[in-house]
Amino acid sequence: MMPSKPSWFNLTSLVLGFGFLYLPIVIMIVFSFNESKLVTVWTGFSLKWYAALLSNEQLLEAAWVTLRVGLISATLATVLGTLAALVLVRQGRFVGRTLFSGMIYAPLVLPEVILGLSLLLFFVAVEQSRGFWTITIAHTTVSMCYVAIVVQSRLSGYDRSLEEAAMDLGCPPVRIFFRITLPQIFPGILAGWMLAFTLSLDDLVIASFNSGPGSTTLPMKIYSQVRLGVTPEINAICTMLVVFVTIGVILASLLIKRQRLKRMQEERLAAAHL
Amino acid sequence: MKRPLCPVRRAFSPWDDPGEQPLIEFRNISKRFGSFIAVDNLSLKIFKREFHALLGASGCGKTTLMRMLAGFEEPSEGRIFLEGQDLTGTPAHKRPFNMMFQSYALFPHMSAARNIAFGLEMERLPALEIKKRVWEMLSLVRLEGFAKRKPHQLSGGQRQRVALARSLVKRPKVLLLDEPLAALDKKLRENTQLELMNLQEQMRMTFLIVTHDQEEAMTVADRISVMDKGKILQNATPGEIYEQPASRFVAEFIGDINVLDGQITTKQQRNVRIFSSVLGAHLDVRYSTPAKVGDSAALAVRPEKMRLSLEKPEEPETNAIPGEVWDIAYMGDVSIYHIKVAETQTLRAIVANTSRLVERPITWDDQVWLSWDSDAGVILTR
Repeated sequence: MMPSKPSWFNLTSLVLGFGFLYLPIVIMIVFSFNESKLVTVWTGFSLKWYAALLSNEQLLEAAWVTLRVGLISATLATVLGTLAALVLVRQGRFVGRTLFSGMIYAPLVLPEVILGLSLLLFFVAVEQSRGFWTITIAHTTVSMCYVAIVVQSRLSGYDRSLEEAAMDLGCPPVRIFFRITLPQIFPGILAGWMLAFTLSLDDLVIASFNSGPGSTTLPMKIYSQVRLGVTPEINAICTMLVVFVTIGVILASLLIKRQRLKRMQEERLAAAHL
Repeated sequence: MKRPLCPVRRAFSPWDDPGEQPLIEFRNISKRFGSFIAVDNLSLKIFKREFHALLGASGCGKTTLMRMLAGFEEPSEGRIFLEGQDLTGTPAHKRPFNMMFQSYALFPHMSAARNIAFGLEMERLPALEIKKRVWEMLSLVRLEGFAKRKPHQLSGGQRQRVALARSLVKRPKVLLLDEPLAALDKKLRENTQLELMNLQEQMRMTFLIVTHDQEEAMTVADRISVMDKGKILQNATPGEIYEQPASRFVAEFIGDINVLDGQITTKQQRNVRIFSSVLGAHLDVRYSTPAKVGDSAALAVRPEKMRLSLEKPEEPETNAIPGEVWDIAYMGDVSIYHIKVAETQTLRAIVANTSRLVERPITWDDQVWLSWDSDAGVILTR
């Protein structure tokens, strides 16, 4: 397509779209450096809210809980989700396969409130007191489905003859998985892990249902503080989260881009050798 | 169909020796996938140092047969023996065969050298030994300079050679080749066929190749099994398959052939006379056949065994029928003449272009005589 001058309609929708998306975030970041305690009145530049943040034990504690829940639940979900994907893609047709693969998608469409409530009822029924581990288990259950779907798509595009070749060369089945299959589907598994981690990081609903004393996550903390009024401290911690995520995304895309460039270069080299 | 001179191969025929033990024996093997019968009660012996080809169209069961030998599929019925030992129940990773896959199936995350070393690492050989044998293989396939390259950094031909080296490095009892040359262009394919034959000679190994390309099978193999619908129609040397096809299917699958339907009118030992109602003529053929007088049978003659002339040939023991030149296909080295011998029958004759094409002695619409020796034809009853 020829690059042409954008029409006024396109231009307006572009500006409005990005404006609605990013202007609030920019405002939040700007006001996190505000001198005043009032969130909407700019009085001067200051880093004092960041300093206050570092001495706010409660917020730091919540951040630490969130991080641990995220790491543990993402890892567990990745292991379970990968296993589920392997069975669904590889095991051929077995009784209940359609049911299972349908059920994998359910948490994607079910309202979070229902998921959180049902998990809470379950924990109550088994007389499990709520706390760090119930949140972790709840997050694992939900994000496992996302991992299974991501890994499934990676597996279905995968050449089975690689595994047959390994078997043919004398590799027993378990070693085939670790030496051949796993390295091949690793990008999918990594993507699944990152997705699970992010889901856990910003979940409020499911965590609120399943938390107990001493296991408040960061989103819960922020939400409860906001109800008492937004303080610049909240702005500061949100800004740090935004920076944290942005750095992660930029690093990941740079890595992918570098790998692709390298691969393209190498393929050109190989073609030149023909 | 070019066949390079290989005097050693000519004398090699262990299948004619009843005392010789086969290396591989398929005994009454069947394989069903649901209601589909891929392999149907098939028996086959393959001998040590033989280059055997399974030839057939796709879906004929040749790949399934090879996959059962490799251990990727279990036969529904029957047994496979290796040197007299039953292989049933031996998992694929414990069978002493290696396969070269059609897709090559190189491990994308490993370098060429690591791909070749993989099978040896599984045997837990000492690192030095592995290194030595990998380098031997790399030099055998002339890829010393490419040891550290990953598969995607190699060209198609180089990948194919890495795959070959990887399947040879463990010195398997049988090397299984699953359409190994299908992805290569014609020139490279012909070179690789010769390389495969040389390798098999040099390493004194047994090769089993699956292919749908009859020229490839004729070029490389000591014996060919022609397969259709899960059965072997004929298992013989390329020469026998071409000159004495067992059935119409085999005759028409391998090369080009003229087939005339008829009925046997007289038979004295090998001298058979067939009446073709389409031509309204009696045709003589010298060929051993179990068919009796009165049986319907077909006479088949390869086009290169047909001669064309403007005058009626008068030699004895020659069949000659009149016809009209219907079409000429110029192929460079030869021309294929389509001769209309009856309203519903054309026959093909191949004529070598021995001089430059300035003026054809025989051309379109000429009235000609098509002739062949009684030794040239074969009788097909199936």
